[in-house]
Order: sequence, then C-alpha cells, then structure tokens
Amino acid sequence: MDVLASLADGFAVALTWQNLGLALLGCFLGTIIGALPGLGPSNGVAILIPLAFTLGLPATPALILLTSVYYGAMYGGRISSILLNIPGDEPALMTTLDGYPMTKKGQAGEALALSGIASFVGAFFATWGLVFLAPQLVKVALLFGPAEYFALFTLAFATLGGIAARNQAKAVIAAALGLGIAMVGVDHQTGVPRLTFGEIHLYEGIDFLIAIVGLFAISEVLLFLEHAKGEAPEASTTKLSRITAPLSMLKKTTGTMARSTVIGFVSGVLPGAGASLGSFVSYTIEKRLSDKEGTFGKGDPRGVAAPEAGNNAAAGGALVPMLALGVPGSGTTAVLLAMLMALNITPGPLLFTQQPDVVWGLIAALFIGNIMLLLLNVPMVGLFVRVLQVPTKYLMPAVAMIAFVGIYGLTGSTFDLLLMIGFGVGGYLLRKLDVPLVPVILGILLGNIMEKSMRRALTISDGDYSVLWGSPIAITIWALAIAGFLAPIIVGRFLRPRKDATVSP
Amino acid sequence: MSDRILGGTCLVLALLYIYFATQVRVGFISDPMGPKAFPIFIGVVLALGSIYTLLRPDPEPVWPKLGRFGEIVFAVVVMIAYTYALPELGFIISTTFAAGFLSWRLGARPLAAAIAGVGISLGIFVVFRLILKLSLAIGPWGF
Repeated sequence: MDVLASLADGFAVALTWQNLGLALLGCFLGTIIGALPGLGPSNGVAILIPLAFTLGLPATPALILLTSVYYGAMYGGRISSILLNIPGDEPALMTTLDGYPMTKKGQAGEALALSGIASFVGAFFATWGLVFLAPQLVKVALLFGPAEYFALFTLAFATLGGIAARNQAKAVIAAALGLGIAMVGVDHQTGVPRLTFGEIHLYEGIDFLIAIVGLFAISEVLLFLEHAKGEAPEASTTKLSRITAPLSMLKKTTGTMARSTVIGFVSGVLPGAGASLGSFVSYTIEKRLSDKEGTFGKGDPRGVAAPEAGNNAAAGGALVPMLALGVPGSGTTAVLLAMLMALNITPGPLLFTQQPDVVWGLIAALFIGNIMLLLLNVPMVGLFVRVLQVPTKYLMPAVAMIAFVGIYGLTGSTFDLLLMIGFGVGGYLLRKLDVPLVPVILGILLGNIMEKSMRRALTISDGDYSVLWGSPIAITIWALAIAGFLAPIIVGRFLRPRKDATVSP
Repeated sequence: MSDRILGGTCLVLALLYIYFATQVRVGFISDPMGPKAFPIFIGVVLALGSIYTLLRPDPEPVWPKLGRFGEIVFAVVVMIAYTYALPELGFIISTTFAAGFLSWRLGARPLAAAIAGVGISLGIFVVFRLILKLSLAIGPWGF
C-alpha cells in the first residue's frame, strides 16, 4: 500500500493553487492545439516546451503544465477528426471512421461528448494502471547494469518504427541520423571535440529542443505552404445542436470503453507500439466483437468510443516504460522524454527512489488533468470548435513566430535559429520521403546515454564485447529487440493494406 | 528516384561521417572503446539503411510543382532574413514583416496579411514580453 501513500504525497505536491492553475492552462492550450487540424500532440508540445522552459518555472510546475498540454492535445485530436474528417495525428485517425459519419448524420454533439467521456475513461484507468505497474517495473529495472541499458535503448529504436513506419530501412536511417547528430560536441568521457569542425557553437552539442522545434513546427509550416489555400476547412461551420451524450448511448458503449481501455493500456506498455496501435487494435477488435449489424464505419457510437478510450489508455500505458525505464514507448512519449530531460530530470528507476516527489507529483497531475479535461471538454467543446474556424493563413505564421520566440528566448543566438530553420527544411524533406521523424528525435535524445552505457559496460569488462549480451536479462531484451524490429515487416504485410484503405476519405 | 537520391545522399553522408569519426583525436586517458568506435558504428548503420533504400526504393512521393517549391524556398529565405533582422531591427518590426509575408504567401490578401503581421507581432509581444516577461529581441528603438 506504500504506492497509495506515495500517490497521496504526489497529490499534496500537485494540489497547490499555482499548480492547479497551470494544469488548467495546460489542458486548455493542449485541447486547442490538438483540435487544430495538422497540429498533433508531438508538434504542439514541441512548440510549447522551449516556451515553458524560458519562463523559468521550477521542475514540478513545468512538468504539470506540459503534461497537461500533452494530455489535452490527446483529447483535442478527436475534435477535428469528428467534425472535419482531418485527424490531427495518427492515433486520431481511427476516430474519423465513425466520428465523421456521425457528424454527417447530425450527431456531431453526441459524438464529441461521447468521445470526451471515452477519452476520460481510457486515460483515467490507464493512470491507475501506471500507478501500480510502474513501481513493479522499477524493481526489475534496478537489476539492470550498463549492458542491459544499452540493450534496452536498442530495443527502443528497434520497436519505435513499429507499424507506424512503412519501411524499416527508413526507420534505421532516421535513427542513425539522430544518433549521428547526438555525437556532435565534446566527448564527455575524454573531453575531445567530435565532429564540430572547429565551430565553437557546436562544442556543447546540438540542443534537442532546437531539433524538435525545427523538425516538427517549422517543417509543418513548410508543408502548409506547399498546399496553401489558406481557407478554414468548410465543415467547421457545422452547427452543434446538443453537446451531451444520451444515457442510452453511454450504456451501449460501457462495455466498449472497458475493453478498449484494457487493450489500449497493454498496447501502450508494449515497447514501441504506443497510441496508434492502441486506437487501431481497439477499433478492430471492437468491430469484430460487436459489429453484428454492419453499422461500423457508418457512424456507430461504439466505433467512436473504442479508438478514443484505446488511444488515451495507450498514452497512459506508454508512460509506464518511459517513467520506469527511461525508454519512451511512442512518438509522443519521446517528446515528453525530451521535456523531462530539458528539465534535468532523467527518467528511469532511480527517479522513483531519488526524486519521488517529481514522479508522484507528475502522476497526481495526470489525474487532475484528466478530471479538468473532462470538465472542460464536455460542456465547453463548442468553444474549442470555434478555434477550428481560424484560417491557417493566419494560424501558421503565428505558429512559426512562436517557434522563433521560444528558441530565441532560450538561447538568444542567431546561430541556433539558423540551425532550427535547417532542421525545419530537413524535416520537410524527410516527411516528404516518408522517413519517420520520431527516431531522429529519439536518437538525438538518447545518443549520449546510449554511448555512455556501452562504454561503461566495456570498461567494466575490460574491452570484452560479449558483456553486452552476457546476462539473461540482456539476452531477453536483445531477443525482444530483434522480434520488435522484424514483427512489423511480417505482421505489417497483413495490417497495412487495410490501414491504407482507411486513410482515404 | 527520390528514394534513390535519399539513399545515395545518406550513403555519402555515412562514408564522410565514418571518415570524420576516424579523425577524432584520442586523448591520453581513454576507455577500452574510446570516442571513435560509437560514431563509426552509427556510420555503418546509416550506410546499411542507405544501401537498402538505394536498392529497394519506395514509390515516388508527390512533390510540389515548381511554383509551390519556389514558395517554400521563398519562405525559408524570409525566415533566414528574419533571423538576421531580429537583433538589428528588434522584435516588433521584424516579426510584423516576417509574419505578414508568410500570411500573404499562405493565401491572405496583401492588406489582410499586413494586418495579420501587425496583429501577430503585437499579440506575441503583449503576451510573452509584457505578461510573461520573456526576453524578446530588443532592437535599437527598444522594442
């Protein structure tokens, strides 16, 4: 029961007026970011991290603000999916399948309310799962040495592409690019500069915040320019008659939400799978189980509740390996990991023993954020819908300028702004070429720790490379990594054609 | 073709990377692995991924037409100019121009774009400078 005692301490941290205010602000901003078509949790949070950082907030309040933004964006993604048939990011894709048909049937309000409640159920119970599962995983993780950590980081890369990436070779290229960028700077072990070409600005390495903002935010602006029409999506004028879900609809979807929460949570915990798999599998299984009359895809409420509960539960589940092992399970948790590292917090087993107030404060903040999101999202969804009416021709310049403000406020250096633009152009090209961006970010984030673990393991073994697979735990992790890398190639053949079929409107 | 260019470029990059990694000087005190091995290993991984992409390219992505491509290049030039203008002209003036340009190229009429530029610049200034006390670039006139 010491878990509950720790959680109570966490609530004591999170329940100050300042932190509550920050949570509310974060939830509000996050929902808006998630609701805007094209801006998902990863690029939304990416723009706000440097800003939160320059405000000079202490670690816990900053963490509360940013996790609220993160959870808020996960919630908000459903709004543009349901109203406009435009998913803000991949996990929100499945919600379009039945959400948009519900809108066309004139049930937009019901769909929004139902999806808000399903999101809450998924995220709330997943957070409980996190409370009980993460400390157990920490006990295992405390047995890890540097060799096991090296294997674990490899596992993160091997599985991160997952089913999201169409081509594992491109995920390999992306990871190598990220790791390669991480090597730039002075080597921490020996103090020799590496790959700096004498450029003084590069001695401290490339700040991953600059890379993240460039890759996600600036490249997004460039993508918009490619298709510039600048008009607000037409369907945003949809009239919302009522924004409540009738009791009968809730009753009908109770079982759906329960099943999808469990499925979503498990997919979230599995390394590399994340929210996309959570919403995808929840929807598919629910369709198998309940679609007796063939109403799925034509505006069945269960088809809205399943992916929303699944994707938000997966977001909670993905936090388990991230907090307990320091290894992100999905794209958005990779951005969250960046945020923690920017605050000088290194997730992993030691975090639970050395800074319990941070961990439990964060978990308590997740609970609070969830309740706030439910209260904000169900009655006030009409307000967020208005935001969708801001045309991109005014929105995207503001996004670009805020990205500049964030990085300039952080470093005050022209060189870093140019670097950010460079990452933006690179990110644009990579996105066009279907090279996933998340492994790049993960490489920049984990490169140095990964190298450090490998070198430490080899120092202990006096240069004997077999130490890297010298323990049963390490062998297990390597086996998982190989399976995780090969599985999408094999399983993907079966899943992909159907998934592609769902993308076309 | 795009993927072959990607694979080829990354392969050259990998070889250069490995070359530069071998040029890293090793200090007196070093661990068994040293500062060279890991970057070389990354270069090899990049080369493998590149070779696969070179040999087995994906279908061609949809590239923008030349005109739209010009828009993207133009926007990048505006952003670079903005970067250099920030410390010289200050936040408000540079941001008004940069945001206005982007808004115009994203499809706003010139007058609306100009208003958007002023609005975005003043809006960010009020929120981030006056309320949140963030340090924005201060030009010769103090704003």
